[in-house]
Amino acid sequence: MTPPDETSPNRTEVVEQQDAASAAAPQATVGAPEVPTRPGEGARAGGHTISVDDLDAYYGETHAIRGVSIDYAANDVTAMIGPSGCGKSTVLRCLNRMHEEITGAYATGTVKLDDTDIYGSSIDVVAVRRSIGMVFQKPNPFPTMSVADNVSAGLRLAGVKGKHKDEVVEKSLRDAGLWEEVKERLSEPGVGLSGGQQQRLCIARTIAIQPDIILMDEPCSALDPIATLKIEELIHELKRQYTIIIVTHNMQQAARVADRTAFFWLGELIELGPTEKIFTKPDNQRTEDYVSGKFG
Amino acid sequence: MTTVPLKSVSGRRRRTDHIMRGLIWAGAIVALIPLVLVIYYILKKGLGVISGNLFTTDPTGATFGTDLSVLGGIKSAILGTLEMIALATLISVPIGIAIAVWLVEYGRGTKPASVIRYLIDVMTGVPSVVFGLFIYVTLVESQVGGSGFAGWKGAIAISLLMLPIVARSAEVVLLLVPDSLRESALALGAPRWRVIFRIVLPTAAPGLLTGSLLAVARGAGETAPLLFTVQATLVSSGDLTQRMNSLPVQIFNDIQSPNSTIVDRAWGAALTLVALVLIITLIARFIASRSRLQT
Repeated sequence: MTPPDETSPNRTEVVEQQDAASAAAPQATVGAPEVPTRPGEGARAGGHTISVDDLDAYYGETHAIRGVSIDYAANDVTAMIGPSGCGKSTVLRCLNRMHEEITGAYATGTVKLDDTDIYGSSIDVVAVRRSIGMVFQKPNPFPTMSVADNVSAGLRLAGVKGKHKDEVVEKSLRDAGLWEEVKERLSEPGVGLSGGQQQRLCIARTIAIQPDIILMDEPCSALDPIATLKIEELIHELKRQYTIIIVTHNMQQAARVADRTAFFWLGELIELGPTEKIFTKPDNQRTEDYVSGKFG
Repeated sequence: MTTVPLKSVSGRRRRTDHIMRGLIWAGAIVALIPLVLVIYYILKKGLGVISGNLFTTDPTGATFGTDLSVLGGIKSAILGTLEMIALATLISVPIGIAIAVWLVEYGRGTKPASVIRYLIDVMTGVPSVVFGLFIYVTLVESQVGGSGFAGWKGAIAISLLMLPIVARSAEVVLLLVPDSLRESALALGAPRWRVIFRIVLPTAAPGLLTGSLLAVARGAGETAPLLFTVQATLVSSGDLTQRMNSLPVQIFNDIQSPNSTIVDRAWGAALTLVALVLIITLIARFIASRSRLQT
């Protein structure tokens, strides 16, 4: 490991954090360069919640999400499942306000990160996205950047002038389980990695900005089974530090990684419960039909 | 199990295939004929004129004589073209790319964007002589900057010609940058302007370069805008506020001469112009490939 930067005000924290990482204790929001004030600061480290209340989302005239209310518990992995077009990805994109990037799309209702409404009028959307990271369906490393630059891209894009960029890169790659594979290739283009490695690179890029929450939009749907397995193991590791919300088409995957599972249908939340219960004895008939393969 | 008889390709399909292949080849060759002939004539007529004198002396203005040491070379024309094209590029490329960035990143799908796109298309179709006249009326006649004809006015006329080419090619290239890259950069908490400068433009850089070079090549060869705005002079000048010589204007003047040596000099200038554009292109590509390796 690189020795901590002597001039860094966070030096002691960096040391702690590195020890903590090997001891696998829940630990977050240290060692990274100062990220501007964000909602949810001050809640216990690594334990951030999102609560959605009466969320409606639209694409122009299309009413895609109807009155969804759902709480995502701290340090839980919550899976969102449902047939194509049920709105699970839209809900996910409302959680870090990426939904509104689509022309004509908007959402109403409240989404609270801990106690702060991220749709509040005084909230900076940029700060929201720094606190709520997102991993996309297709691995999409920045094609003009090296492996290391891809990891630190979030910091540079956020305008953070960090002195200890190298430490952040190494820490993030280690946390994403990619360090051993790429440590000799840090200056090579990020797009030269395999698909599974690219996706873990994107996860490293997301955790480099030290978010409170990680959203994953079908992160394994473009990957082979072995790469998928690695990402799933990684999700188990990451949930010690982060609250994770994952959209998946793959019900086995939901069963493997999620503590709780939410079933969506036609833009509504049908049922939310412990994963085991959803897959074995759900309360709702439609949930049962879906998980048993009768439709969807 | 019965064997399924596989029918062989029918004679009619075979013939159609041959005819179509023949037509495509013929089309490709027809397209190549003018290109090859132009290059052949420029090389044939121009190579013989290439000499030290051609590049190192200014035209003397003499109309009689059979030797470049008497008639002079084209040094001032080369320098003038380089200076004016450099200035025109400095004007048109940033503005053109800025227009494209607005069209793609901010105005996508809006009414003003389609109006601007339409105007740019119209501008592409405006003959170059019109830009020359426009600058003549607005800048030359009014003696802006203290003198009538000036190199910088020619550069502006050329930049007006280059602008729509840069803007349109840049728009196409920026549209090719996948939205997923913009989204992931936004999701990392980047403000939109940083996404544009750090992600979109670098990703599109090779294509932006190609489009700009296309405009440079087009601008370097234009005569008409320069005739009304820069006029011509014989001596080399580094001063863009004065009249300047340029390769297209020199060719235009020389080719009308009854003196065959001067006509030959025009061919030398034509070869030089083609080579110049080629060299600029190669240098830019080299720089681009180097800068990509470093990242």
